[in-house]
Amino acid sequence: MLVIDGLAKQYPTGDRALKGVSLTVPKGQIMALIGPSGAGKSTLIRCVNRLVEPTAGRVSLDGQDLTRLSRRGLRRARRRMGMIFQEFALIERLTVMENVLSGRLGYVGFWRSWLRRFPAADVAAAFSLLERVGLAGFEDKRADALSGGQRQRVGIARALLQNPSLLLVDEPTASLDPKTSRQIMRLLRELCRERGLAAIINIHDVALAQMFAERIVGLKLGEIVYDGPADGLTADVLTTIYGEEDWSQTIRPADEDGDEDAPAIPPHEPAVPIDRERLAGLT
Amino acid sequence: MSTVSTPAAMERARRWRPPPLIANPLLRWGILLAGAAYLYLALNGIPVNWARLSEGLERGGRFVAGFLNPNFTGRLDELVDGFAESVVMTVVATVLGILVSVPVALGAARNLAPRPVYYVCRGLIALSRTFQEIIIAILFVAMFGFGPFAGVLTLTFSTIGFLSKLLAEDIEDIDRGQMEAIRATGGSWLQLLNYGVQPQVMPRLIGLSLYRLDINFRESAVIGIVGAGGIGATLNTAFDRYEYDVAAAILLVIILVVMAAEYSSSAIRRWVQ
Repeated sequence: MLVIDGLAKQYPTGDRALKGVSLTVPKGQIMALIGPSGAGKSTLIRCVNRLVEPTAGRVSLDGQDLTRLSRRGLRRARRRMGMIFQEFALIERLTVMENVLSGRLGYVGFWRSWLRRFPAADVAAAFSLLERVGLAGFEDKRADALSGGQRQRVGIARALLQNPSLLLVDEPTASLDPKTSRQIMRLLRELCRERGLAAIINIHDVALAQMFAERIVGLKLGEIVYDGPADGLTADVLTTIYGEEDWSQTIRPADEDGDEDAPAIPPHEPAVPIDRERLAGLT
Repeated sequence: MSTVSTPAAMERARRWRPPPLIANPLLRWGILLAGAAYLYLALNGIPVNWARLSEGLERGGRFVAGFLNPNFTGRLDELVDGFAESVVMTVVATVLGILVSVPVALGAARNLAPRPVYYVCRGLIALSRTFQEIIIAILFVAMFGFGPFAGVLTLTFSTIGFLSKLLAEDIEDIDRGQMEAIRATGGSWLQLLNYGVQPQVMPRLIGLSLYRLDINFRESAVIGIVGAGGIGATLNTAFDRYEYDVAAAILLVIILVVMAAEYSSSAIRRWVQ
């Protein structure tokens, strides 16, 4: 369970990205974090694993206070938080297998990782994860030879090989086309359910957030302005988060979720591309 | 609309010229005039000694004659020894230079090093780049005496300035996301270098090293003239003895070796990229 209490971040430039955010994410919950650009979404998830140092407040994961850890303690704690990135952040010139195995860097010593001699159990786990994300046989391809969707699958496998209890997901679909975006979100949801993982997913696409997350938190100017179930996202709420706009096309009926899980998706997907444009116009 | 009567009138109204670099016309023409006056005065200030010029041309003629008739066999031993020395100096200095440059470059990269380390490493680079090879060579020859040892030190020192600076700049340009991803897995600092930095800068490091090998060979010929060993020393001796045919042979071999080195290093760099 992740507990965030009064988290604040002020950058040296004076920008107050977070103004005292408090949140509790129970085990196994998939939470989407929505909000306009500059609302502090990226800062919030980076403050959790301290890629960005928070200025004030506390973050604790399964009872351990992350904000007071030493360097060594922080490295150990980071192993339990898998991170997935918008631009995938794969090591472009390394192979898919090296990228996935880099998820074990927090567990193995420098010489083993330098010589690429990872423990046999790690390699076996990496192979089965690659199969699970649909990339069996890709282990020796270089990461820069893959398509966007394939790269994000490698990124997911890398994060899961850490054996985390929490996933921090930063705009997983912003560099992907609408269909691949849904596939990636579906894969993330399935994997979280299989492994009982909690996830915080930053996402611009409100429709995708509603489709795949059970809880939605709206962030605006560093403060939480909405925290509730996906179907509680009304036009009024969206206006509070993003500002005045015609939201009628964005809000989806709840049963759409079930449709999207069906394997056969018609090639022309209803309404969603329009939503993306509308949201892109906002940013 | 009523304002535009014919297409031709519209054409005239829409004429456009690029804005001048300096907006004030007085300043613009003033600078131009001052530049022209300075050029005239400067040209007048160069004394031309026609007698010496014709003498030099005569000597140049003898040199060209020697060049057209290069003598490879006359001092073959010295030529071979000089080249062997230059090659050894080049390779040793380049390898030593790379070994020192990599840590210096890591320290001189703003995105990796803490501030104090950054300033120390940047200072070292600046020191190495301030002085031309010949000045450093003169200093080292004065310190350690004539011979290739001073030459190796000179080339190593200037390699550090060159490689560290360019490598550090490449490190500063790497994709932050890849570093962030490695930090997020809980990797240590060395693992961050090995996974997050090294794959991104390796092609550049190999390319720069080969390029520097090239430069070091050329420089080894130059610094020999001030007494730091290698083929330059042999060349200097040949000129001192007025043996222009031998000097021509040495120059021709230098040209061939430099061309071969340049061709092969650029081929390898293409393959690495």
